Amino acid sequence: MRRYIRVLTPLLIMLMAVLLSGCGEQYLVLDPKGPIGESQKDLIYITTILCLVIVVPVLILTGYIVWRYRDKKGNNAPYQPNWNHSTKLEIIWWSIPIVIIAILAIVTAKYTYELEPSKPIASAKAPITIEVTSLDWKWLFTYPEEGISTVNYLQIPEGTPIQFRLTSDTAMNSFWIPQLGGQIYTMSGMAMTLYLQADEIGNYYGSGANFTGEHFAQMTFNVKTTSEDDYKAWVQEVKTTAPALTQEGFEKLTEPSVETVQSFSSFPEGLFQKVVMQYIGEGGSAHHHGGSTAAEEDTNMDHDMDMSDTDMKDMDGMDMNHDQETSTNQHSH
Amino acid sequence: MAQAVTGHDKHGHGGHGHHDEHHEHEHESLKTFGFWMFLITDIILFGTLFATFIVLRFSTDGGPTAAEMFKMPGVIAETFILLTSSFTSGIAVLQMHRGNKKGLIGWLAVTAVLGLAFIYLEVSEFIELVHEGVTIGTSAYWSAFFTLVGTHGLHVSVGIVWMTALIIQLARRGITPVTQRKVNIISLYWHFLDVVWIFVLTIVYLMGVM
Amino acid sequence: MFQNLIDFLLNDFFITGDPLILGAQVSIGLSMVAVVFALTYFKKWRWLWTEWLTTVDHKRIGIMYIIASILMLFRGGVDALLMRVQLAVPQVEFLHADHYNAIFTTHGVIMILFMAMPLMFGLFNIVVPLQIGARDVAYPFLNSLSFWMFFFGAMLFNVSFVIGGSPDAGWLAYPPLSELSGSPGLGQDFYIWGIQISGIGSLATGINFVVTILKMRAPGMKLMKMPMFVWSVLSSCITIMFAFPILTVTLFLLFIDRYFGAHFFTLDGGGNPMMYINLIWMWGHPEVYIVILPAFGIFSEIVSAFSKKKLFGYKSMVFALMSISFFSFFTWAHHFFTMGSGANVNAFFAVTTMLIAIPTGVKVFNWLFTMFRGKLTFPTPMLWTIAFIPCFVVGGMTGVMLSVAPADFQFHNSYFLIAHFHQVLIGGVVFGYFAGLYYWWPKMFGFKLHEGLGKWAFWLWNIGFYVCFMPQYALGLMGMTRRFNEYNFDMGWQPLNVVSTVGAFIMGLAFLFQVWQIAHSIKFYKKEPTGDSWDGRTLEWSIPSPAPLYNFARVPVVDSEDAWWEEKQRLANGGKPKPLAPLEPIHMPKNSAIPFLISVSFFVMGFGFVWDWKWMIIPGAIGVAICMLARSFSYDTDYYIPVDEIERTEAALGGTK
Repeated sequence: MRRYIRVLTPLLIMLMAVLLSGCGEQYLVLDPKGPIGESQKDLIYITTILCLVIVVPVLILTGYIVWRYRDKKGNNAPYQPNWNHSTKLEIIWWSIPIVIIAILAIVTAKYTYELEPSKPIASAKAPITIEVTSLDWKWLFTYPEEGISTVNYLQIPEGTPIQFRLTSDTAMNSFWIPQLGGQIYTMSGMAMTLYLQADEIGNYYGSGANFTGEHFAQMTFNVKTTSEDDYKAWVQEVKTTAPALTQEGFEKLTEPSVETVQSFSSFPEGLFQKVVMQYIGEGGSAHHHGGSTAAEEDTNMDHDMDMSDTDMKDMDGMDMNHDQETSTNQHSH
Repeated sequence: MAQAVTGHDKHGHGGHGHHDEHHEHEHESLKTFGFWMFLITDIILFGTLFATFIVLRFSTDGGPTAAEMFKMPGVIAETFILLTSSFTSGIAVLQMHRGNKKGLIGWLAVTAVLGLAFIYLEVSEFIELVHEGVTIGTSAYWSAFFTLVGTHGLHVSVGIVWMTALIIQLARRGITPVTQRKVNIISLYWHFLDVVWIFVLTIVYLMGVM
Repeated sequence: MFQNLIDFLLNDFFITGDPLILGAQVSIGLSMVAVVFALTYFKKWRWLWTEWLTTVDHKRIGIMYIIASILMLFRGGVDALLMRVQLAVPQVEFLHADHYNAIFTTHGVIMILFMAMPLMFGLFNIVVPLQIGARDVAYPFLNSLSFWMFFFGAMLFNVSFVIGGSPDAGWLAYPPLSELSGSPGLGQDFYIWGIQISGIGSLATGINFVVTILKMRAPGMKLMKMPMFVWSVLSSCITIMFAFPILTVTLFLLFIDRYFGAHFFTLDGGGNPMMYINLIWMWGHPEVYIVILPAFGIFSEIVSAFSKKKLFGYKSMVFALMSISFFSFFTWAHHFFTMGSGANVNAFFAVTTMLIAIPTGVKVFNWLFTMFRGKLTFPTPMLWTIAFIPCFVVGGMTGVMLSVAPADFQFHNSYFLIAHFHQVLIGGVVFGYFAGLYYWWPKMFGFKLHEGLGKWAFWLWNIGFYVCFMPQYALGLMGMTRRFNEYNFDMGWQPLNVVSTVGAFIMGLAFLFQVWQIAHSIKFYKKEPTGDSWDGRTLEWSIPSPAPLYNFARVPVVDSEDAWWEEKQRLANGGKPKPLAPLEPIHMPKNSAIPFLISVSFFVMGFGFVWDWKWMIIPGAIGVAICMLARSFSYDTDYYIPVDEIERTEAALGGTK
């Protein structure tokens, strides 16, 4: 036993050292290039440290106790077979995790509000809106302000907040650019909002993080961040040289396939809105899909809270909540 | 220790001696307790169905709504019949406690017949809806409606078959600790379905037409 | 006509054209022939039927659960290795994308529902009645039904591999992908019916053990004197009772969508896919606590037995178990922080999730202080327990990190998450059940497993585990997401993926060592001299191994949570043996074929629904109804074991008590 521990411990430590020492460029999450990703990285470090404060002593204590009280000749450690209760000790180890978790909970709550994805990033510059539609199995990006669109490729200017509005044509996917910040789901019939910003020029990896069927692994894309001038030049270039995305062209894209990078000088008017609304019936009564106003949601929510006959009222309430924040955006159109 | 050990009767239902009866009683009360546990899970089951119904209650996708389709007289008749059947199943249990086998069987039969009438009305309601073009595939609202109300109906149907089987057993064996427990359980089940129906009436029908 | 049938069989019914699947078909066919041949040759059909298929004895049902779960561990493990090979060398395209998708789906379902659950139920069955001094569970017939429902549900799920096509929409089958629009194949229907049928069995087991524990305890065993494992089973089974009906409804609704064209979770018609995700996690999150809680119980038993010391902080432990099972119902939304639920909801569920860390942390301290001032020995059950503590502590820590909602935006669906849940599920559940299996093995079979080979398996499992999963944390931070069947070499993910694959194969090797260990221990069978293999503390060690049919010739009377240990102490200190009460006939349930037949009927019905064959659905459903009525009409369901037979049995077993 002892021999094994002696061999194993350094091995594990070495393994961990190898894994952690390489916190270089490959560790996208730990190498953020924007304010959101930066805060999330800080939060990851804070929570790791808070957890280690309790985990490391426990691991050491485990090793010590196992070693100290092993049944071996000549081991004269005390043996108290009936000692099974100590109020003082138990109060101590109920309180330690409670304190740590309380601190963690406060930190988490604070960051949760701060990093709420639909919250605009404070900036002198006006945000650029990009609409994101996940299709089987490619990403369609439309730039409503510039009037251009791309497939599997994003270009953004540095230092400018980007307001992503996201939806899905079919199954739900998740839009993730690790170096800029956390992901958000794309869901059919809903328009989600995510603010991100890149502070450095560079190429950032983006992917679809939620399984959507056969070739979902091909849904990766590059996010090229350039200076504002280069970005404008690129928009101009796409406008003048790329073909237009027609309604037929879009419908062709919605068919399951894997696509390479494409750009289009235009796209059908209100395309994103149409994708969001395509499954919502004429009456528009499908409130859970974000088709109604925020005021209506409030009343619905009150209803749900009254229906406390099951433990599921939270679910219902949550669904509402979700709509509340997305529907506001949607209806400003 | 003694309570776990019984007399020498090989088949256990001869009813000789104090030990045997005591044991049998315990055995049967264990089953009744288990049935309560089952009812808890059934409550969760219905609770989940109610929750999905509530989530989808406006999701008619522009199609027909509850207020347009429901015909309350039929529903009120169903309610009345089911409530009455709950009452008659109660009478059956009372008859059993009096040791009146004929009364017990008679009232159980009345309960089962009322249950059948309920099912008949419900099925006619469904058929009428389908004729008017509303099916389980019309919209999420109607999916939830047919599933919730249909699940309750299925429970009632199972109850009727079970009750019939029990009537046959009572006719053959009379009132024994075993059949007594079975009557108690089915009556519990029947009252439970009645309570569920009250929720169906309130949440599905009354709130639907309001 | 005949040609049509052949065409159907080759094109639609059997999966053809894949060498791996062909290999599986051939080996399944061969092993079935071999089993049939062996049973016929050794004239064992009657034995199989009367002693096993129709048995209502909890000990035998437990053994059948364990055998089935080990087979499923093998299948799920092979799935895992295939995935790891693909990820180590994605350029080779070892598995085609849809095949890969099917494999990760079946790996997840099998490991949770058809490996962890039955292994857990197996241990419940074997241990709980013995620990509480009962002759059987509360409802032996229902218990047998539960097993066969599980078994045929698992068979229905597994058969999809070679017939009709595997499900490939992920282990929780999120709609709209799992709807007809996203998964038109039969795999998803096999998924629904396989899980549904076995889920009914699980629900019944939950009820059965709650009643067993509440009502069948030996005289004197108050609730607060129950062994900790029994408490953990109680908390797990209460969780089952509240969680599994939600699963039943959820799968039922998905079935209605697919079969009757309803719109619960569809994109069109007003359906709400989000509702499915809420529902499935309202079951799914408690489900992981359902499997981990009994492991906590096992560790509590073992740590106390091999420290030769009372379990520290009994009341805290009970309170911790119960509060974990309560809080497990209020954390489900942490599986989709990134679905834009809003800051209020995310903050709420983040905090409820963290709260679970508190009782879990307390349990760890109590285990440590059970060892503190003990006398520790390290046979295999104890080794697994000690390996569990650091593994679970680190896994729990990454769990807390994941629960921090805004940070989860970066962890969600990445390999960081994969590494986390494998660490708690392998480090917690698998280690725990292995510990339990090694600990109670002599009680089941009357001999111990070979210690040397067991230690090899233990070390290989542990090394393999860390080599496999530690790199996955790093991969997650590198941005690798789950369910990718390929990735670009430029991402720099390959080296760590290769390391991870090596680790997976080390665990595979460890499994082979365990198989060898079992085979070796059977071959060199060495009967345990007493029923008390480990100098145990609880009632199961007070009777011979394996336990006789009726478990306890005399119902024990209990006055402490370590009843058997206290009794041994009393005798060792010169106490007089208690006078033996006279034997009395024992009331036992009769075997029944009905559970087996109901489950076969359910299988037929489920198979019919998958293919939409009315000619199979209707007979299946009628079969279920007839069996239930037959049970309702059967009154001759139990019998008494006479005193002289008990005396003979006890004498043959050496009358240890």
